[in-house]
Amino acid sequence: MCGICGCGSTVTVDGREISHDEAHRLRLAHEHAQDQRHGHGHSHAANGHAHDHGSGDHHHHHHHDHAPGHGHHHDYGAGAAGLSVPGLTQQRLIEVETSLLARNDGLAAGNRRVLSALRAFAVNLVSSPGSGKTTLLCRTISMLEGQPLAVIEGDQQTENDADRIRATGARAVQVNTGKGCHLDAQMVGGAMDALRLEPASLLFIENVGNLVCPAAFDLGEDAKVAILSVTEGEDKPLKYPDMFTAARLAILNKIDLAPHCDADPEVYEANLRRVNPGIDILRLSARTGEGMQAWIDWLRAGLATKA
Amino acid sequence: MHEMSLCEGIRGIVEDQARRHGFSRVTRMRLEIGRFAGVEKAALSFAFDVVMRGSPAEGAALEMIDLPGRAMCFDCAEQVELDDRLSPCPLCGGGRLMPETGDEMRIRDMEVI
Repeated sequence: MCGICGCGSTVTVDGREISHDEAHRLRLAHEHAQDQRHGHGHSHAANGHAHDHGSGDHHHHHHHDHAPGHGHHHDYGAGAAGLSVPGLTQQRLIEVETSLLARNDGLAAGNRRVLSALRAFAVNLVSSPGSGKTTLLCRTISMLEGQPLAVIEGDQQTENDADRIRATGARAVQVNTGKGCHLDAQMVGGAMDALRLEPASLLFIENVGNLVCPAAFDLGEDAKVAILSVTEGEDKPLKYPDMFTAARLAILNKIDLAPHCDADPEVYEANLRRVNPGIDILRLSARTGEGMQAWIDWLRAGLATKA
Repeated sequence: MHEMSLCEGIRGIVEDQARRHGFSRVTRMRLEIGRFAGVEKAALSFAFDVVMRGSPAEGAALEMIDLPGRAMCFDCAEQVELDDRLSPCPLCGGGRLMPETGDEMRIRDMEVI
């Protein structure tokens, strides 16, 4: 039960369920779930927020309020036999015009709103398995000493990565997707609630190592950052264009290894720009620290845009 | 890529629409799929049959409509239609193209009873 207004445990913000305490903490306007019936008309003078209370006989249901498709009936005036008989069920066409990802996109919008309220900057780190995401994160965290931050780790199995992050002293939540090949907005929303982010935090979401599926799933992040290591082959952006098109920044990691594996960073950059002419690119080595400062500066600049 | 997840999205929309419009069965569904959406149509069709079992769309005929992919060419500053994501600009031959449409994946309409 919410300790502030005394009603049920979850509420809806932009179609996304979050804990009621959290909604009050962030001062987000919210709707109470349909099954919570309690008196209307009470005020929250101390908090001063607006929220609608759905009573049992209202028709809104939290998962559907924000669905973009509304559906229009087009009863075929004449049935298959050329007749229209009142009361007789006929085949009809319903226009839906709803994205297959509508539910995820609605939940992502809710995450984005929570992040805005917190003035937090969230990056969705995407790459192949083995590109060095976790090593990059550990070094990033040590260079950001004093900066409030948290990490959501996505993997199919194990707590290994979250354990590595926690060893740096940072707060981390592990999300195991089981058979799933990507994180979705609902998983990230649940993890955000568990983390209880401090205001003006950096939030790092380490997606499942996979260059295909995570491209399509908005998590509510401010930017996708694609990490590519020089050992992976210069044509990787051409093989998996969607991910690099969706990313705002590409990090060319393990740059210290380039001379040892005949990798040409210029070719990597040309291929990245071929699939995304507007992409920012940083070359660095999370192992040696070369180029890391520019990445830290990029993160701080992103955070400043949320202030 | 994640055709199974997409079909779970379809099932959620079908169940929502069935409650809203009071129908019991979907006989035909038309999807619009952009050329750059990364959807494997054969895999989507297979997953559709599996995921719709027990829902109002079980056994529904599935039709997929292709939508064109358009991109902005950073060399000639024109919006052009591309057959393939990595094709050069058909106007100037440039290779730096940013997709602007073609990532659509949506249900256009359904025939229901």
